[in-house]
Amino acid sequence: MEELDGEPTVTFIPGVNSKKRQMCFDWGPGEMLVCETSFNQKGKSETVPGCPFIHIVRKDLDVYSQILRKLFNESHGIFVGLQRIEEELTGKSRKAQLVRVSKNYRSVIRACMEEMHEAAVAIKDPTSGYQFCSQISILSAMELIWNLCEILFIEVAPAGPLLLHLLDWVRLHVCEVDSLSADVLGSENPSKHESFWKLVTILVLQGRLDEARQMLSKEADANPTSVGMCRILGDLMRTMPILSPGNTQTLTELELKWQHWHEECERHLQDGTFASSPHLESLCKIMLGDEAALLEQKEHLSNWYHFLVTRLLYSHPTVKPIDLHFYAQSSLDLFLGGESNPESLDNILMAAFEFDIHQVIKECSIALSNWWFVAHLTDLLDHCNLLQSHNLYFGSNMREFILLEYASGLFAHHSLWQLGVDYFDYCPELGRVSLELHIERIPLSTEQKALKVLRICEQRQMTEQVRSICKILAMKAVRNNRLGSALSWSIRAKDAAFATLVSDRFLRDYCERGCFSDLDLIDNLGPAMMLSDRLTFLGKYREFHRLYGEKRFVDAASLLLSLMTSQIAPRSFWMTLLTDALPLLEQKQVIFSAEKTYELMRCLEDLTSGSGRPVHGEPDALQLQVILAFWVGPTVELRKCALHLRLPTTSPCKRWPLTNSYAS
Amino acid sequence: MEEFCAKFVSQKISKTRWRPVPPGSLQTADIFATGSWDNEENYVSLWSIGDFGNLDSDGGFEGDHQLLCGTRHHGDVMDLQFFDQERIVAASSTGCVTVFLLRPNNQTLSVSQQWTTAHYHTGPGSPYCSSAPCTGVVCSNPDIVTVGEDGRINLFRVDHKEAVRTIATGGQDGMLSIWDVRQGTMPVSLLKAHEAEMWEVHFHPSNPDHLFTCSEDGSLWHWDVSTDVPEKSSLFYQGGRNSTFLSHSISNQAIVHQSLKSSWLSTDPAKDRIEITSLLPHRTLSVNSLDVLGPCLVCGTDAEAIYVTRQLFS
Repeated sequence: MEELDGEPTVTFIPGVNSKKRQMCFDWGPGEMLVCETSFNQKGKSETVPGCPFIHIVRKDLDVYSQILRKLFNESHGIFVGLQRIEEELTGKSRKAQLVRVSKNYRSVIRACMEEMHEAAVAIKDPTSGYQFCSQISILSAMELIWNLCEILFIEVAPAGPLLLHLLDWVRLHVCEVDSLSADVLGSENPSKHESFWKLVTILVLQGRLDEARQMLSKEADANPTSVGMCRILGDLMRTMPILSPGNTQTLTELELKWQHWHEECERHLQDGTFASSPHLESLCKIMLGDEAALLEQKEHLSNWYHFLVTRLLYSHPTVKPIDLHFYAQSSLDLFLGGESNPESLDNILMAAFEFDIHQVIKECSIALSNWWFVAHLTDLLDHCNLLQSHNLYFGSNMREFILLEYASGLFAHHSLWQLGVDYFDYCPELGRVSLELHIERIPLSTEQKALKVLRICEQRQMTEQVRSICKILAMKAVRNNRLGSALSWSIRAKDAAFATLVSDRFLRDYCERGCFSDLDLIDNLGPAMMLSDRLTFLGKYREFHRLYGEKRFVDAASLLLSLMTSQIAPRSFWMTLLTDALPLLEQKQVIFSAEKTYELMRCLEDLTSGSGRPVHGEPDALQLQVILAFWVGPTVELRKCALHLRLPTTSPCKRWPLTNSYAS
Repeated sequence: MEEFCAKFVSQKISKTRWRPVPPGSLQTADIFATGSWDNEENYVSLWSIGDFGNLDSDGGFEGDHQLLCGTRHHGDVMDLQFFDQERIVAASSTGCVTVFLLRPNNQTLSVSQQWTTAHYHTGPGSPYCSSAPCTGVVCSNPDIVTVGEDGRINLFRVDHKEAVRTIATGGQDGMLSIWDVRQGTMPVSLLKAHEAEMWEVHFHPSNPDHLFTCSEDGSLWHWDVSTDVPEKSSLFYQGGRNSTFLSHSISNQAIVHQSLKSSWLSTDPAKDRIEITSLLPHRTLSVNSLDVLGPCLVCGTDAEAIYVTRQLFS
C-alpha cells in the first residue's frame, strides 16, 4: 500500500445522518449508491422508521456541465487525430505537429473559458454565477499549466528562446494590462491618468518595452522637465539586446551585448541620471533586475511566476532549462516571503520547472476535479516519448491508467458514453476488456441506438457482446409479438437456439391463423436459413407454399415429401404436412407417383406407430390412412370416387386452404 | 472547397431540417431546426444562420448559427419534419408524435397538437400497451404519416385528435441502393458507399444530379453524376481532395427507356462515373442527419456539433 498523498476530503450527503445510523454503499463506475441500513449487531429488531431514500453520489460533477461538454467533445476529435499521427514522422515535423496538437487543446480550453465568461455575465443567480467563476479559474489554471508544459516538455525550448516563450506565457495569462492600456490611452491626457505609471511599470515588468517607450514619449510631451530623462530611459529600452527569431547571432554574442547594455544601465543609475524622478528610477532598477525593486512591485506582478520571468528577463536572459528550477524555487520563496504557503497550483508549476513530469501529473490528478486534463496531457506527453519508463504495479502504464479512468467517467454519463469508446480503443492493455464491460451496460432504448452500439461491437469483433445485444433485442421483439424483427435479430446474432424458438412461433402462428407474417423476410432468408433446422424447415415450408401458389404442384409435392423423409420437419408438424398433401392428391393429374404415395403412407405410418395416438388437434390419422390408401388405387376414376366418398370425412380436419396464405 | 461552420451544442443531434422557404420567394434558407437524442433532457431547437447583413472580406457571412429558441422534448427525437413554415412535427422514442408551433413574433416553440400513444406494442409479454418508438414522419398538408418500431403506419390530420387511419427501407450494410420504381423490384444499381449504417440520403431538391449521404462512420458525402460534362467537372473538381471514382453496375439487363434516362440509372459503365467528395474536414462520430436547401447544407453529429455551409456549389 502506497502512502496517501493527502487527506481524503469528506463529503456530506444531505439528509443522511451518519452518526445515528449505519450506512451501506455500492460503487459504480462514476457514482456511488448510499443508503442507511437498520442492521443491528445486537440482533434487536427495532422498528424505528429508517430513511427511505437511496442516495446517488456522483464523484465527477464536471461531466454534467453543459459548457464543459463542449470541451469533452471537441478535445475528443483532437485526441483521435493525435493517435493517428504517423509514427514515422520524426524530428522537427513530428515536434511541430505535437506542438500544434497541444495548441489545439489549449484553444479548446480557451473557447470554453470565454463561453463560461459570457454565461457568468448573462446569469442573474449569484450561486450559479459563483460556480461559473470557480470553473473559469480552474480552466484558466489548466491552461496555464498546459502552456508551461508545452514550452518545457513539448517545444523543449533551449536557452535563449526559452525566455521568449516564458514571456509569452506570462503575457497571455496576466492580461489585465490590455484593458488598462486602453483605459489610459483613451483618456484625454494619458500621462496625467492615475494609472499611468502603473501601466508603464507593468509593461516593463512584462518586457513590452516598445509600448513602454511610447508611453514615456507621452510623458515627455506633457512634462518638459523630464524630456531628457525619458529619452535616455527610452534609449535604454530600445537598445536592450534581445533574441529575435530570425537572428543568427550566437548566445555568446548576445550575452556579451547584454552585459554591455546592463553595465550602461548600471552606470546611469550610479550617476543619478533619474534621481529627480522616482518613477523613472524605479523603472531603471527593474530593468537592472534588482530583486528589491522587483519585489516592491509585488502587487503588479500578481504572482511568483511572473516575478520569476521578469527576474530572468532582466538578470539571466539566456537561462538554461536545467537551471530553471533553481530560479523558480528562489522566486517562489522570495515572493511568498514566508507569509503564506504554496498552493497546489504553485506546487504543480514548480514540479514542471523541475522537469518532474510525473509529479506534475500526480499533483494535477489530486488537485483537479476531473480526469479530462490529466488524461489528455499525459497522453500528449506520452506521444512525446516522455513517459515510457513509468510502469505501474497494476498492469498498465500511467497513460493508460489515466485514460481508462477518464473513459469510464464518460461511460457513466447518459450521453457522453460514445466518446469513451475511442479512448478505450487506444488503451492497448485493458481498453478492450473495459469496453466490453461498459458497453453491455448501455441501455438500448431504441433500435437505432442498438444499431449504434452494435456497430461499435462489430467493428471490434466483440462477438460475445454482439450476440448479447442481438439476443436482448430479439427477446424484446418476441415479447412485443414482432416475430420478423425477432428472427432477423437472432439471425444477426447467429443464435441457433433462439432462431429455432422464433421459427416455432412462426409455425404456431401459421397453425392458428393460416397465414405467415413477415413474408419478405422469410422469402429472402438465403444462406441464413441454415442457422437452425427449424429455421430451414420454416423457409422450406414457406417455399412449398410459394410453389403451390405458382401451381408448380410436382415441385411442391416433392419438396413436401422431402421435408418429411429428410427429417427436417418436426414430428409435431407432420400431420399438417400430410394434410397439405391432400389437395395435391386431389388434383386431376397425377402428382404423387405410386412410389411417392407409398412414401407418404410410410410417413403416416411412422407417425401413428411412433406416437400410437393421433396428434391433438389434427385429423384422425386413421382417416388419413384410408384416404391415402385410396390414392394408391390404380385408376383416376377410383380416386374421384374416393374424393366423393371420403372427403367429407376430412371436414373436421383443421386445415387451412392453402391458397389463402397468398392473399397478402 | 465548401466552408463549413461547426458549432458544438452540448447535445447529440439526431435530426437537422431547414425551414422551407415560401414558394416563389427568392429568399435563401436561413432557419433550421434540430432534434437531440440520448440526453437526459432532449430538445427541439431552432437556429438562425444569422444573415445579419454583415459580409466579411471574403464575401461570406460572418459568425456561426445562433440559437433562436428551443423546447423540451420527451424522449429521443427520432424524426423531425417541417409541416409548413410555422409547424414542426417531431417523432419521439416514446411513441409520441408532437406538432410544435413556432410563433413568429416572440420566437418560441409551443406544443399545438400531440398524439401521445401513436405507436405501441401489443405482445404476449406485455398485456398492457407498452410504447414503441416512432421512427419516421412524413408530412403533406394536411396529412401526417408516421411509422414506428411496432410496424404500424399511422395517418394523422393536423387538426384531428385521433389517428385517421392505421395501416398495418435504406440498409444496414452501408450500400446505397437506387431504385427505379418503373423497373420491378430489384435495385438497378448498387454502389459501395459508407463503412457503416447510412443514416440519411438526400437528392438536392432542385439539382438531382447531386446526392448527399451521411453515415454512422462519421462521414458526409456529396455524390455528383454531373461531371461527365467536362466544363462542369472543372467547376466541382476543385474540392475533390477525397474524391473516388466508382463505376459499377449490376443490372445490365435492365432496359431503361431513353426518355426515362437519368444519370443515376445509367447502365453504361463508362458513363457511370460518380464523383464523391467528402465534405467534412475530418472524421467525427456518427453524422446522424443532413438536410439540403439551395446552396445550404446542415448536418448534426453524435460529437454534439452542428455543421453548416452556405456555399455548397461555390
